[in-house]
Parts: sequence; C-alpha cells; structure tokens
Amino acid sequence: MNNTTLCETKNPTRGEQVSYLLPAVNIYQTPEGYTLEADMPGVTRDGLEIYLDQNELTLLGRRQPGPSKPETTHYRESASGDFRRVFELDPEIDTDKITARVENGVLTLHLARREQVKPRQIAITD
Amino acid sequence: MKFTRPHLFWQRSSLDPVNRLQEEMAKLLESPFSGFGTQFFNEWAPSLDLFEDKENLVVQLEVPGMKREAFEIGLHDGVLSISGERKFEEKRQKATGYRTERFEGRFQRSIALPKAVEADKVRAAYKDGILTVTLPIAAQARPKQIVVGTE
Repeated sequence: MNNTTLCETKNPTRGEQVSYLLPAVNIYQTPEGYTLEADMPGVTRDGLEIYLDQNELTLLGRRQPGPSKPETTHYRESASGDFRRVFELDPEIDTDKITARVENGVLTLHLARREQVKPRQIAITD
Repeated sequence: MKFTRPHLFWQRSSLDPVNRLQEEMAKLLESPFSGFGTQFFNEWAPSLDLFEDKENLVVQLEVPGMKREAFEIGLHDGVLSISGERKFEEKRQKATGYRTERFEGRFQRSIALPKAVEADKVRAAYKDGILTVTLPIAAQARPKQIVVGTE
C-alpha cells in the first residue's frame, strides 16, 4: 500500500539521497475550504513536522523506532522510513488558519479559504 | 522516481482539462457500476509483519484511521485472521468535491502462525494506526532447557 517511495536529493553536490514513503491522501473540498487526510501509520504528534513556504506545504511524518528489537522476523511487508509529501496550495487558502492534528496514524489538516470580499452595491454620487 | 509537486487542490475553473478530468474521475468513483474503486485492486491489503521474541509471536498490521471496534480478530487451526472496514462515505457526502487515494472498504488478512500459541491469552492493541496482536507461544513450543540429572 504505502510502498511508494520518493527519492529526493538532499545535497545535490554530494549526491546524497533520502527515501521517503509517499502517504496516501484524501482531500475534501467544502464551501469553507479543504480537509486533507494523510495515512501515516506509526506517526505520533511528536514525529510530525509541517512546513509552509510561500504556497508550498510540506508534510513530514517521522516514525518512532520500535521499543525493542524483536529477536526473529518471520515475515515483513511494512516499509521502513518516514513519510513526506509536498503540496502546492490553492492561493485562496488562508495560510494563517491551517490547523493540524494526528489521530490513529492519520494526519488531518483543515485549510480554510480566505474571507471573500462580499458582493456589494456601489452608491452612485451625483 | 522523480520528485514532482502535484497541484492537488481544486481550482475554481472547470475549464482546465486537468480539473475536468478530476471531476470526471470523481463521478466515475461515485457510480457503483463503474468498475472503478477507490483502490486499484478491490481488496485493501494492509502491510503485515510477524515477529517473535522470547515468549510471544507478535503480528503488526498498518491500518491507520480505524475504530477500535471495527476489527475482527480470529484464531483458528493456527491461522490468525484479522479483518475490518474503513469508510469515508459521510465525509464524501458533505464535501462539494473530493479526491480519495486512501483505501476504503474491507480488508482481510490471514497468516499461518509458525508456532503453537496459547489461544486464550492472545492480546490485541491499537495505537497510532498500528494493530499489534501478541500471541504467547505455547509452553510445548518453547525451546526447552534439559537439565542433566544426577544418577
């Protein structure tokens, strides 16, 4: 499922690469704005970093290493690594009003639309 | 994979062909007979890990966004089965537009356990989107230390 990895050159001059897991997201549009949900199993509040640079929103979910190393791994499907995904925001979004919370491994962001200038009648002067 | 910046948030205009395509896709997803699902395969198969420590077999399943009571866990003839369901229907209905990549619907995973376990002492916990099932290894399946007796 979340096995899609994303390679990004961390330091182009030295060619260092970091791999991230690409979290699956749902985006819902409402009259008030948008709600974004990202699957990030194993990520807690402490492991979450959200950056905003101009219109570019970066979600970074770091997973905590397990409490103790199991002695034997019989079977393993889960991919290791941190989650990262970058979005370009609709310019209508009020970036001062973004809220985020993480629950049961799902990051939920609320992005409100900027208050619109209401339609009004222009008074005519003589 | 090349790193791209997808412009995921809807634009106001439907004239943009990309947005139109997204809207068409959204319509397709709503139609029950379209043959498309919210996932490529009709089955949600969350990642499963099986570890072993000194006393237990530990099965972990990556299932974010579930309700604790939505899991069904069974143990039968040495096979552990975990199933459940995740739905976003309510959120979709409230939305004026949406894009869904997260798996929606039922999942079912089964795994044959490599050792006999004490079925009545199996525990399950759900935390941070990961379901952990701890199965104590049956006494007869644990490594035994043979004490050399005196004659």
